[in-house]
Amino acid sequence: MSTVLQNLVNQPYKHGFVTDIESDVAPKGLNEDTIRLISTKKNEPEWLLEFRLKAYQKWLTMEEPVWPNVHYPKIDFQAISYYSAPKPKKTLASMDEVDPELLKTFEKLGVPMNERAKLAGVAVDVIFDSVSVATTYKAKLAEVGIIFCSISEAVHQHPDLIKQYLGSVVPVGDNYYAALNSAVFTDGSFCYIPKGVKCPMDLSTYFRINTQESGQFERTLIVAEAGASVSYLEGCTAPKFDTNQLHAAVVELVALDNADIKYSTVQNWYAGDEKGVGGIYNFVTKRGLCKGVSSRISWTQVETGSAITWKYPSCVLRGDNSVGEFYSVALTNHYQQADTGTKMMHIGKNTRSTIVSKGISAGHSNNSYRGLVRIAPSATGARNHSQCDSMLIGDQCGANTFPYIQVSNPGAQVEHEASTSKIGEDQLFYFAQRGIGAEEAISMIINGFCKDVFQQLPMEFAVEATKLLGLKLEGSVG
Amino acid sequence: MIFQDSKTLLEVHGLCATVNGIEILKGMELTVRYGEVHAIMGPNGSGKSTFSKVLAGHPSYQVTDGTVLFGGQNLLDLAPDARARAGVFLGFQYPIEIPGVANSQFLRLAYNTMQAQHGKDELDPLEFDDFVREKMKLLEMNPDFLDRSVNEGFSGGEKKRNEILQMALLAPRLAILDETDSGLDIDALRVVAGGVNQLANKDNAIILVTHYQRLLNYIKPDYVHVMESGRIIKTGGKDLAVELETRGYDWVSAENKAGAVVPA
Repeated sequence: MSTVLQNLVNQPYKHGFVTDIESDVAPKGLNEDTIRLISTKKNEPEWLLEFRLKAYQKWLTMEEPVWPNVHYPKIDFQAISYYSAPKPKKTLASMDEVDPELLKTFEKLGVPMNERAKLAGVAVDVIFDSVSVATTYKAKLAEVGIIFCSISEAVHQHPDLIKQYLGSVVPVGDNYYAALNSAVFTDGSFCYIPKGVKCPMDLSTYFRINTQESGQFERTLIVAEAGASVSYLEGCTAPKFDTNQLHAAVVELVALDNADIKYSTVQNWYAGDEKGVGGIYNFVTKRGLCKGVSSRISWTQVETGSAITWKYPSCVLRGDNSVGEFYSVALTNHYQQADTGTKMMHIGKNTRSTIVSKGISAGHSNNSYRGLVRIAPSATGARNHSQCDSMLIGDQCGANTFPYIQVSNPGAQVEHEASTSKIGEDQLFYFAQRGIGAEEAISMIINGFCKDVFQQLPMEFAVEATKLLGLKLEGSVG
Repeated sequence: MIFQDSKTLLEVHGLCATVNGIEILKGMELTVRYGEVHAIMGPNGSGKSTFSKVLAGHPSYQVTDGTVLFGGQNLLDLAPDARARAGVFLGFQYPIEIPGVANSQFLRLAYNTMQAQHGKDELDPLEFDDFVREKMKLLEMNPDFLDRSVNEGFSGGEKKRNEILQMALLAPRLAILDETDSGLDIDALRVVAGGVNQLANKDNAIILVTHYQRLLNYIKPDYVHVMESGRIIKTGGKDLAVELETRGYDWVSAENKAGAVVPA
């Protein structure tokens, strides 16, 4: 590998700082008492405690999955603190009441929270170490009947909705990490779009892990009633720590007849240093249920952070004529490992799905696409198109594609395309010979490579994503 | 064309270079003045293409000895992109494909980089589009080229036209065209050569690296050099190319071994 290539990937993590806020941290370890403590701290109703305990019992019987193409030392689940919240003050009515330290943190991150949020027309439900601190634009959304609040709040304010939908897409015992999340989740976002309502703005949540060694277990639930539509943005950064942090979120989406949910993520958690020390373990379960006819769920993700990513945003296409989409860019550098992709489960008639996955590997990283397309016997007329492209930067990294295709209906149409390319010395020399430096060249090649996915992102996210990829690869060529 | 009192643009002296530890260039000598067209010919493996790449700074080649002055500046001190910005252009024998990057985007970035270098205004996409379409007429290129990925799926002839288009946009002081005629049919050769002829003037110089004489029917060189084993063993006028076409390279080699004087 040329020195040009080697130097481009070495940009230190810019979000490495710890906010000095008093945290209320639970003792390390996981048992029924921990779960009761969380539930009590959050003043939860009995049915939710039962939900948690049921999940915990399931979890105890399960094994950590070993099939992903990632390698890491065994996690000691008893060495993790399962609850951490900024010292509770009174509920905040305006941004002025938010802890100035916290605001400073957001400033460093460039989170568009107050003025920028308003200008951008974005309502930000800020999650800070698992507890919602402030929600903006709530009133405006309430005018059209949209509920956008923290899960904890929703548990008290809208218990029927939560009871009906929580765990309806990702059951408590779905998989090892989903079970863990169901047992110990501390907070997250809830979003409900009533019948026929088009959400007037993109809804946005910024997650941030702050307390060292406190696993974060968010829970997100979005329900779009018949004819409703919403675009939801999730963006993440985390401060720099040397010990690995576990992150196991669960996101559930439910789309009823003709509803449309677009869920976009830019993930930039701490990936560990250039030697592979530290970084977040990102073990996430995201699934959407196209429950109604002609409903649509679209996942777009730009994954650039985390030491290990294990994530398969999926669509269960139950309603006839429903549509599932997955657009993904996953960039790994240094010693990052990613095993990510999607599952498209075709059950209804004439269901359609599209998968576009772009994996970029640099440094010593390993990037795998793993995707399942399953056509059930009932899914007459189902169609899928998958495209999985990998790009290698340098010669120390790896890219893999694991497509699983299971077709049980003879009328289905399933297409899979894959390619692997490499940014080589010759390409960079060609750019150089036209006066263009290596960093600009790589940025141009990468953006061209990811174009099909970036087009799916909301405007300001697309700009952020483009910058982020440039930043992540900065210094790897020089 | 040879101009009286024309200034020296390129001065190569005793240039030696290796690739993977194997010495390919063994004491190249070459002087190029503004306005001149030089043809470097020679059998396969004589070091012609290596010489072009070494001048452009390809990272696979190591210069082990010698000097290269370009407009009085030590060219070997400059990184490849800085050499390009200083006005050294290499027309690639095998232009590189860059999937996903639109040709228009690539051409505009290259053009604007050069404009910035000269302290001139950069062009926005619309202005550039008008500008580049004008240049494309010179090479009888279809505007569809702009929307396609750089060189991806281009035929041999399309790739070479794209190279000369870049030469037209970047207006280099020195254009080194490496086997630009290879892979071209006779019509494409005529168009490409016509483009080069229109771009040649008293403020630049051209080095044509070619195996065959046929390109020289269209672009008339002022000097023809024959390379063998990593250096120039004979220099003459355009008639030398014709002679090489009929007699081959062996006689030059024999003459050289017999101790004939190597012209400076």
